[in-house]
Amino acid sequence: MANPDLAKLESIAREGRAQIIRMLTHAGSGHPGGSLSAIDILTTLFFNRMRYDPQRPHWEDRDRFVLSKGHCVPAQYYCMAKAGYFPMDRLITLRKLGSPLQGHPDRVMLPGIEAATGSLGQGLSVAVGMALGQKLAGRNARVYCVVGDGEIQEGQIWESLMSAPKLGAPDHHVDNLCVILDYNGIQLDNFVKKILDLEPVTDKLKAFGWPVLEVNGHDIAQVDKALDQAEATKGAPTFIVAHTVKGKGVSFMENDPEWHGKSPKPEEAVRAIQEIVGSPAPGWVALIVAEIAALGKK
Amino acid sequence: MAAKASRAAFGEALIELGAKDERIVTLDADLSKSTMTGGFAKKYPGRAFNLGIAESGMIGVAAGLALTGHVPFACSFACFLTGRFETIRVSVAYSDAPVKLVGTHVGVAIGEDGYTQMGLEDIACLRALPNIPIVQPADEHETRQAVAYAVEHPGPIYLRLTRQNLEPVHDAAYRFQFGKADVLRPGHDVTVLATGGPVWNTLEAAKKLAAEGIQAEVVNVATIKPLDEVAILRSAGRTGHVMTVEDHSIHGGLGSAVAELLGEVMPTPMKRVGVTTFGESGDLKGLYAKHGLDPDGIAGAVRKLLAR
Repeated sequence: MANPDLAKLESIAREGRAQIIRMLTHAGSGHPGGSLSAIDILTTLFFNRMRYDPQRPHWEDRDRFVLSKGHCVPAQYYCMAKAGYFPMDRLITLRKLGSPLQGHPDRVMLPGIEAATGSLGQGLSVAVGMALGQKLAGRNARVYCVVGDGEIQEGQIWESLMSAPKLGAPDHHVDNLCVILDYNGIQLDNFVKKILDLEPVTDKLKAFGWPVLEVNGHDIAQVDKALDQAEATKGAPTFIVAHTVKGKGVSFMENDPEWHGKSPKPEEAVRAIQEIVGSPAPGWVALIVAEIAALGKK
Repeated sequence: MAAKASRAAFGEALIELGAKDERIVTLDADLSKSTMTGGFAKKYPGRAFNLGIAESGMIGVAAGLALTGHVPFACSFACFLTGRFETIRVSVAYSDAPVKLVGTHVGVAIGEDGYTQMGLEDIACLRALPNIPIVQPADEHETRQAVAYAVEHPGPIYLRLTRQNLEPVHDAAYRFQFGKADVLRPGHDVTVLATGGPVWNTLEAAKKLAAEGIQAEVVNVATIKPLDEVAILRSAGRTGHVMTVEDHSIHGGLGSAVAELLGEVMPTPMKRVGVTTFGESGDLKGLYAKHGLDPDGIAGAVRKLLAR
């Protein structure tokens, strides 16, 4: 979108990082690394791109967001709370009994979640179907899907990557679909390169018929510009390879496979939040730090 | 009415329903000639999508279409469709996406192609999911109504259809009711609950038994999930003996569902007739005889059960 308010978006993303740490610390489990690598992308989508109305989560003409890498849903829960789907207080119910903030996204329990994901490889196919569905219905709405780099090792991803550029031709091309790869280079067991290297991933995607854009996934201006280009592309869906850093924003988590799926201890969380927000810290920080400190004393 | 495969009746019904309801779309994975959606695709080319030999992707795309207000029929052989269980489990069931899953070529009845193409565990797989009803019609008349019902059903649903022709077991006045079993032949000595392909053979077996003085009550169980518990318990309470007949593994199919019900509510002497091994190539008649699904096999199993 023209002239994004970068300072505002960066501030939302910074708060998101702190809230992700807060949520995971309260939950005592979860996936910080990939949530932190994806938050700038999600911030750009939720606060400078997608059309939606938290008061009407089932509004037919809304743009849709599918987090195919469902384990990083804390980043999405933060964006949804910030956007007004539910109160921020509820974030700390993540993974607790009875909470709609399930460990992986639940479409039925939490209005605003578009598809259950978490079994990797499936969300992209569902997003492709949604994009086709909106075209068939004549709705001018877009579908955004974030996939993980480890995730695209799944065969089902490549089924949909093969079919989407041609699907719906000649009248209903799914050019309303934009897929974003959160390419942080780390999966659960180790670095992606050591488990099953994706390279040359851009060449593979191009060979499958996708227009491919590459951006720094932490540079909101770059991400936003690529989303503009995707929206302007007609006749085919667009794929954005977003180069990211796993654990981005927390020095001791960055680029370390250990932080794929481990929640911080309270003292680590306080350190992480202080590092994220810097000084002087905004007013809300003291409260969440106190809450976390109290957890440590339990 | 002449004998017709339920997949053929499905294909015809879909064309008729598609004329009235523009939400209906079909998805196939390169088997549209076999699942019989080809006619729909010809009539409504913009609403039929062949995803190639990529069933998981097809099921996911169907979920997306369902979640944007369409009524997608995702079709393949039952084994290939439910073989993508994990995609059905999360993208369809857990997302509560109202996808109409259609599995054709069920059971050993497909014959010559052999085990890899036979849907023998599809009911067992899907029964474990909390929100996917399972419907297996027994003839053309019932199939047409079941397809129409599937369109209206608010959630996901699974239709289990045969490759082979099915002799009619219902008259024109019959009305399919979702969740209801229907008594095809009343009797008081034994309740025989049959579903799908072998329903006709079960009626033939009942005729043989009647000649020997055994009155079998033959009940067509088109809705395997949710089971018509009231009808089954009522019949079982009267006859005191229950047998199930299905062209599916006896593990996890209709037989298991009935055994679970009776075991919990009203333990009753019971026999499950169905497939207990892998399938194999052969002719339908020979395979049904081998697996005890022909009239002689079914009648024999009833005699054994009553003699226990």
